[in-house]
Amino acid sequence: MITMENVCKSYKVAKRNAGLGEACKALFHREYQVIHALSDVSFTIQDGEMVGYIGPNGAGKSSTIKILSGILTPDSGTVIVDGRIPYKNRMEHVREIGVVFGQRSQLWWDVPVIDSFELLKDIYSIPKEKYNNNLEELTELLCLTELLRSPARQLSLGQRMRCEIAASLLHSPKILFLDEPTIGLDAVSKIAVREFIQKQNEIHKTTVILTTHDMQDIEALSKRILLIGKGNILLDGTLEDIKKGSTGIDETIAELYRSYDI
Amino acid sequence: MKKYVSFYRLRFTMGLQYRAAALAGIVTQFAWGFLEIMVFQAFYKAEPEAFPMTMSATASYLWMQQAFLAFFATWMMENEIFDSIVNGNIAYSLCRPIRVYNMWFSQSMASRISRAVLRCFPILAVAAFLPEGYGMSGPESILHFGLFLITLLLGLLVTVAFCMIVYVLAFFTISPQGLRIVFTSMVEFFSGAIIPLPFFPDKWRMVMELLPFASMQNVALRIYSGSMSVPEMKKAIIVQVVWLMVLVVSGSLLSRYAEKKVTIQGG
Amino acid sequence: MKFQLKDSIRLYGHYVSIHIRSAMQYKTSFLLTTLGQFLVSFQVFLGIHFMFQRFSAVDEFTYSEVLLCFSIMLLEFSLAEMFARGFDSFSEMVRSGSFDQILVRPRNEILQVLGSKVELTRIGRMLQALVMFGYGISHCDVEWNFMKMLTVIFMLIGGTAVFTGLFWIYAALCFFTLEGLEFMNVFTDGAREYGKYPVSIYGKKMLLITTFIIPYALVQYYPLLFLLEKNSNPILTVVPLLAIWFLLPSYALWKFGVRRYQSSGS
Repeated sequence: MITMENVCKSYKVAKRNAGLGEACKALFHREYQVIHALSDVSFTIQDGEMVGYIGPNGAGKSSTIKILSGILTPDSGTVIVDGRIPYKNRMEHVREIGVVFGQRSQLWWDVPVIDSFELLKDIYSIPKEKYNNNLEELTELLCLTELLRSPARQLSLGQRMRCEIAASLLHSPKILFLDEPTIGLDAVSKIAVREFIQKQNEIHKTTVILTTHDMQDIEALSKRILLIGKGNILLDGTLEDIKKGSTGIDETIAELYRSYDI
Repeated sequence: MKKYVSFYRLRFTMGLQYRAAALAGIVTQFAWGFLEIMVFQAFYKAEPEAFPMTMSATASYLWMQQAFLAFFATWMMENEIFDSIVNGNIAYSLCRPIRVYNMWFSQSMASRISRAVLRCFPILAVAAFLPEGYGMSGPESILHFGLFLITLLLGLLVTVAFCMIVYVLAFFTISPQGLRIVFTSMVEFFSGAIIPLPFFPDKWRMVMELLPFASMQNVALRIYSGSMSVPEMKKAIIVQVVWLMVLVVSGSLLSRYAEKKVTIQGG
Repeated sequence: MKFQLKDSIRLYGHYVSIHIRSAMQYKTSFLLTTLGQFLVSFQVFLGIHFMFQRFSAVDEFTYSEVLLCFSIMLLEFSLAEMFARGFDSFSEMVRSGSFDQILVRPRNEILQVLGSKVELTRIGRMLQALVMFGYGISHCDVEWNFMKMLTVIFMLIGGTAVFTGLFWIYAALCFFTLEGLEFMNVFTDGAREYGKYPVSIYGKKMLLITTFIIPYALVQYYPLLFLLEKNSNPILTVVPLLAIWFLLPSYALWKFGVRRYQSSGS
């Protein structure tokens, strides 16, 4: 179970303005700006749930994922994931979770994908039998047979994403965080990824938290939606709750963003 | 012309933005210059009679070298240009109504000048107050100073023109990094960046002075420190101009050939 | 704990094997870069060579003695650069966010950062260093014995530790700022460049700084005196090992940086 209660997080960033004069000024003096990434965020996610976490850019999605995966320490509030405080017992925590950062790769560019997997086996100290079983299952479900022998740099984006997802599941995590897993993929790959996530959730009861800008992802995958804007959870409900008979899903969301002025 | 000026402005602004980088650069170069002078001081103490120029001229040479490092350091090539060749972004530039050669030339000039302008004054200001043998001395005469400025500019142009050839060659190789490191180490050695050319044995020096590398930093730094006679200066400037023309002409011809090749192969 | 260490070494070995296989994917590029690395230090050697064509000694050190000094320093530096390259290029890791990926894995982050880069092309530099070392040994008027060999080994260990410590500090600073870290080059590249001559030629003050603050002299000047029989105190054999202490402040700063990264997420 995942619980976040009254979590706050803010950053300080340097301002930088355009133009030659401003650049000269910045040589001597620099202004800072405090950004409240999360103002007061609370929610609970049960085991085996599949949740879509949506919101415009800069709303606080990544900060939430980072806090839940133990990378970031919140300023205040409580975070408990399966009885652990992620940022306090990072090592124990990350053993039980899988994270896919859609815009980054965890595969080694120049060696066959299977070599990256073998390394992950050592990193997570996955027992041989478990690794073989998982690999076999993932290979089948994600159709990786042809891909495992080629270096990651030769794969298409869609092929690579399938491998990335497999890489995050080799150690059978109980919770899977997917940060924009379908970004830039073609239609076929998107569907393949969605179907797989669905199956993974059904078969292994893996809790899935998914951030995305692709509303078809949400439509296909998540029964529950968390909408975040300006650092606050604005809505926690089902797709039906927000749809209210309007035309398409993208329009619905755009309408929603507008109504909350985010 | 205006479009090249705006490229230049953009680069210059970018250079100015990174104030911490500039400050760190100044500190680094100052430390570098000081250590370099200490090495030569140690040799000077061991055998002053074997020194090919006076110690204070050597110190001036070394401080000027640090102050204008960004003009002549070939290892400071534009990563962006290499990247654009490797990752294919060069296609964008080819779509614009600009000659790639001219664009890169002005881009390189701008980033070198912006870096040097930020760094040279603090370094020179401090170096001027250091004691004799460690610090900077003034130029020999106004004539020397004028010639210094001219040869400094010529040296910068030769350096950039040389780098342009390396960029263009990167089109034809699978390993721009390897190409770059081989060229860079060659230039460093032959241009007098490792040890000033007068410290080489005479036979070596005479050959080296005719190579394009000697037309980079060597001429200006030596004219400033007053270790060149009038006929030597005349000859050096002529050599500079000749190499500049040779490098620019061959560079732009090569780049036209490369552009054609890229368009045909589709990147 | 013992099991962990063995396991960590095995994992590091796994990283190294991946790096070797990756490098072999681009053989030409690998060879050219290695050659380049060789050339970079070769030109420094040429610089020394030509200086000594003109001068016979500097601060009582002859050509072959300086070469011996330079070659050991260069070996230490290349070893550190080869295996601690992950620290040396850490700014890229912070900038691109790959460090997040390291934090979501149940392994020590230092091991993972070190494993992320192993720069095999530094073999080029080592080759150059070994040739000079051979030349230095055969031309120095010195009788080689077990104690001296041990001294050289300790110098290599201590020196690699000092450079690794410096790269580590550089990496730790990346948690605080990514701009202006160029000044760290003074301590790393600067030491490689100017450590070619025994520290004493830079004067008494420099000797003090490099004894007590950044312990280059412990791995260079003092044991060198012993090697060249300019000082026969056998303590000098183990002096280089003292430099390993330098890793402690580096470790502390790194840990501090990681904590800050986790609280600011910059």
